[in-house]
Amino acid sequence: MADPRIIIVGAGPAGTRAAEVLVAAGLRPTVVDEGSRSGGQIYRRPPPNFTRSHDALYGTEAAKARAVHAAFDALGDRITYRPETLAWAIKDDRLHALKGSRSEALAYDALLLAPGATDRVMPLPGWTRPGCYSLGAAQIALKAQGCAIGERVVFLGTGPLLYLVAYQYMRAGHAPAAVLDTSSYGQQLSGLALMAARPGQLLKGVRLLRALRRGGVPVLRNVEPLEVLGDAHGVDGVRFRDADGSERRLACTAVGMGYHLRAESQLADLAGCEFRFDPAVQQWLPQTDAMGRSSRANVYLAGDGARLLGADAAETAGRLAACAMLADLGHRQDARTVARLQRAMKRHARFAEGVARAFPWPHALAAELPDATLVCRCEAITAGELRASVTALGAPEVNRAKAFSRVGMGRCQGRFCGLASQEIVAAACKGRVEAAGRLRGQAPVKPLPIALLGEDGRG
Amino acid sequence: MAEPRRRADVVIVGGGIVGCSTAFFLRQRGLSVVVLERWLVGQQASGTNFGNVRRQGRYLPQLPLANRSREIWGRIRELTGSDVEFMPVGHVRFLWSEEQIDVVEAYRREAATYGLELHILGRNAIREKFPFVGPEAIAGSWSPHDGHANPRLVSPAFARAARRDGAEIVENCDVLAVEKVGEDFLVSTAQGDYRAPVVMIAAGAWAAGLSAAFGQPVPLKAGGPQMGVTEPLPYFVHPVVGVATATAEEVIYLRQIPRGNVIFGGVRRGPASLGAERAKYDPDGVFAQFRQVLRLAPSLSHARLIRTWSGVEGYMDDNIPVMGASGKVAGLYYAFGFSGHGFQTGPGVGDVMAELIATGRTTTPIDDFHIRRFGEGGDAGSPG
Ligand SMILES: Cc1cc2nc3c(=O)[nH]c(=O)nc-3n(C[C@H](O)[C@H](O)[C@H](O)COP(=O)(O)OP(=O)(O)OC[C@H]3O[C@@H](n4cnc5c(N)ncnc54)[C@H](O)[C@@H]3O)c2cc1C
Ligand SMILES: Cc1cc2nc3c(=O)[nH]c(=O)nc-3n(C[C@H](O)[C@H](O)[C@H](O)COP(=O)(O)OP(=O)(O)OC[C@H]3O[C@@H](n4cnc5c(N)ncnc54)[C@H](O)[C@@H]3O)c2cc1C
Repeated sequence: MADPRIIIVGAGPAGTRAAEVLVAAGLRPTVVDEGSRSGGQIYRRPPPNFTRSHDALYGTEAAKARAVHAAFDALGDRITYRPETLAWAIKDDRLHALKGSRSEALAYDALLLAPGATDRVMPLPGWTRPGCYSLGAAQIALKAQGCAIGERVVFLGTGPLLYLVAYQYMRAGHAPAAVLDTSSYGQQLSGLALMAARPGQLLKGVRLLRALRRGGVPVLRNVEPLEVLGDAHGVDGVRFRDADGSERRLACTAVGMGYHLRAESQLADLAGCEFRFDPAVQQWLPQTDAMGRSSRANVYLAGDGARLLGADAAETAGRLAACAMLADLGHRQDARTVARLQRAMKRHARFAEGVARAFPWPHALAAELPDATLVCRCEAITAGELRASVTALGAPEVNRAKAFSRVGMGRCQGRFCGLASQEIVAAACKGRVEAAGRLRGQAPVKPLPIALLGEDGRG
Repeated sequence: MAEPRRRADVVIVGGGIVGCSTAFFLRQRGLSVVVLERWLVGQQASGTNFGNVRRQGRYLPQLPLANRSREIWGRIRELTGSDVEFMPVGHVRFLWSEEQIDVVEAYRREAATYGLELHILGRNAIREKFPFVGPEAIAGSWSPHDGHANPRLVSPAFARAARRDGAEIVENCDVLAVEKVGEDFLVSTAQGDYRAPVVMIAAGAWAAGLSAAFGQPVPLKAGGPQMGVTEPLPYFVHPVVGVATATAEEVIYLRQIPRGNVIFGGVRRGPASLGAERAKYDPDGVFAQFRQVLRLAPSLSHARLIRTWSGVEGYMDDNIPVMGASGKVAGLYYAFGFSGHGFQTGPGVGDVMAELIATGRTTTPIDDFHIRRFGEGGDAGSPG
C-alpha cells in the first residue's frame, strides 16, 4: 500500500510510542485524542499556563513523562494530530471523530486503539454522597487544581493506585486519615514473586508503603467496606469491618475510592473485535495476539485499553502494535527489536499478574451489597432492582438485566457501573461472572450533541 | 427440571411479540403450546423497536386489527401481570406542507369509518397543545388514544404470562427445519424434535426460508430502522410525535419517557443481515436524523445523544404482513413480515391467530394479508 491511511486513537504512552515507530518507518499517522494536549492519563499535561514542574507533577515518573512528552512533540508535523477530538463511533473501516460540534468520518486502512483505562469502582451504601470521589478524580484534583478532595480523607479500595494517591496526598500536605485496603496482607505477599519480574517497580511500591507508615498514615488491610456515612450534603465517616471482623467507624470528610482499573474497551467493541474474559483481572478484554493484533484484520490494540499492564507496558505495547501494523503493511521489521519488546511485555505481564493477585477485585462484595444500594448512578438503579431483573423477570445475563432494569442505560452507558453490575447479575444467577456476559457497547462512546454539524458544516 | 414437553397442540417458531402473545392467547383458549426461540424472547425486532403504539397512518384495512390490538394494550397489565409502561398519551403527526392537508384530511375521514378518532389541528392549535413543535409545522393530525410502550418489556411479559398459564417457552433453541410427517409437523431443533398438528411461523425477518420450504416463497427483506436516545431532559414531549410527509428523508418520529430520555428514529433505514444476531446503527445517518429531530422539537438542540441502536425487521415488498392459514398445508399458519409496524399490532395478532387456530375463523378481517397474494404457492409473484 503506497500511502496507507493510519489512525491512532489515544496520545498517551501507547499511542505516542506507536506514532513514533510509524513515523520512523516513513508513514504519517493521524493521532486522535480527546484531550487538549498529549500525554494520556498518567502523563496528562496541565494547561499551557500551568507552571508546576514535571517533578512536582509526576514525582518519581517525571523522567518518563518528560520522555513521552518530548517524543510526541518531536513528531511535530510528521503526524496529523487532532487534539480535543472524540472518537465516537467506528463502522466499515471509518472512524467517526467529533471536534466541538463538528463530526467527520475518517477512513482508515489500519487503526490502532490506545484509549487507556479508567477507575474501576465498586458501589457501596452511601457512595453517591457528595464528598465521595474516585481515586482518579482525587488524583486529578491534586494534580490539576493543587487541591485535596477534603480536609480529612479516607482512601478506600485496593490496588497500587490506592497507595500512590494516598502518598501523593501526604506529600502535598494532606496526609490521609487512613488507607483501607480490601486485600489482605497474605494476598499481597502472594503477588510478590510475580511482581519481582520488575524489581524497580516493586521497590517503588515498597518505598511508598514505608513512606506512608513513616508519615503516620494508618494502613488497614483485609477490610470489608460497609458504608460511607453522612447525609445529602456530605460525608462524615466510613463504616467497615476490620481484619478481625469487628465493625468500626472512622470520621472523615471525603472518601477516595477505587479498585484498580477498567480498560476503556468500547471502541474495540464498536470495531467488532472479539473479547475474552481475563480471570486474573476479572474483566472482559478485547483479544490480542502477542503483538497487539485484534481479531479484526486491520485493527490493533495497545496499552491499558487492551490489557491492564501499566504505563511502561503501554509504551512497549504501542511500539509492538506499530511493528505489527508495519509488518502487515509489508514493511520489514527488525526481528531482534521485536523479540526484545516481546520479552519486555512478558515481564510486564508477570508483574501485572502479581498486582492482580496482590490486589484482587473483591467481587464477593458486589454479591453482598444490600438491596438498597445504588448501583447505577445515572439511572438511579439499586442492587435490589438489578437482582429482581434476574430473580423475578428471569434475565439470564447482563444485557437482558439491563434491558429490564435500565442499569447502564444512562449517560455513562455502563462505563462505571458495568463491572459491578455483571457481578451482581452473576451472583443473582448463581453463576460465574463470565457466564453473566458483558455489556455490549454502542455508539456514541460519549454523549454526542444533537446540534451536530457534518463535514459540510451542515447540521 | 422436568423433561421438556415435546408434543403440543401448537408449536410456534419464533418468540417475538407475535409468537409470545399468540402463545398467551392460545393458553387462554386452552390449547397446549410450545414456543421455540433461537435467542431470547423479544430480543429481535420486538425488543429493539421504537415503541410506537400508533394506529394513525396505517394501511386502512389493517385498522380493525389495530383496534383490536389497542383494546388489548389497554388491558395488558391485567392480562400479563406486568407493567410494560404502556402510556396512551396520544400520537400526533405534524405537517410541513399544505399539500399534506388533503392527504391527512382524507385519511381522517376514512379512518373514522373504522372507528379511529383523529383531529386535524391548525397552526395555532398545534402550538397551544404542543408548545415544543418547531416553526415549520403548519398543522397536525392528532390521534388521542394512541401511545407508546416499552418494547424491552412487552414480549418477555407475554412470555412469562404464557408460561405462568402453562405454555412451554424454550429459549436458545434454533429451529432447523419444519416438515409435515403424516398428520403432524416435525419441528427439528438443535435440542431435539418437537411434534404438533399445528405449527405457526412467527419468525419475523427470518420467516421466508421456512415458508419457502413449504413451497410458499415470499418477497421478504430484512432492514434495520435507525434508533437513538438522548440523555434525560425535563419531561416536555408528552405524545408520540411523527410527520405526515411523502418525502422519505423527512420521516422522523420521537417520543419522550417520563424518566426524561427522548427516543427517536427514522430517515434512512440501514441494512440488516439475517446472519447476524443484531443490526448495526450507521453513524453516517446521524446528521440527517438530527436535522429532522430538530425540525420537530428545536429545543432539543441542547440535548445530547447517549446511545444508538438498530434492529432486524422483516419488510414485505408491499409493506403489509403475511398473516393467516397457509392455505396450502393443513395446520400451517403464518404471522410475520410486519414491515416496520408490528409492535402496535402484536398483541392483536396474537389474539387473532389464537382465535383462528382454535376456532378456524376470526372475527377480525385479515384476508388482505394472506400469503396467497404472492401466488398460489409457486413462485413469488408480484404483490396483489
Ligand atoms: C485515574 C487514573 C490514574 C492513574 N494514575 C497512575 C499513576 O499515578 N501512576 C501510574 O503508574 N499509573 C497510573 N494510572 C495508569 C496509567 O494511566 C496507565 O497505565 C497508562 O496511562 C496507560 O497508557 P495508555 O497509553 O494505554 O493510555 P492513556 O495514558 O490513558 O491514554 C489514552 C488516551 O486516549 C484518549 N482517548 C480515550 N478514549 C478516547 C476516545 N474515544 N476518543 C479520543 N481519545 C480518546 C485519552 O484522552 C488519553 O489521552 C492511572 C490510571 C487512571 C485511570
Ligand atoms: C428498530 C425498529 C423500530 C420499530 N419501530 C416500531 C414501532 O414504533 N411501532 C411498531 O408498531 N412497530 C415497530 N417496528 C416493527 C416491530 O418491531 C415488528 O414488526 C414486530 O416486533 C415484529 O414482531 P415479530 O414477533 O414478528 O418479530 P421478531 O420480534 O423479530 O421475532 C421473531 C423471532 O423469531 C426468532 N426466530 C427466527 N428464526 C428462528 C428459528 N429458525 N428458530 C427459532 N427462532 C427463530 C427470532 O430470533 C425472533 O426473536 C420496529 C422495528 C424495528 C427493528
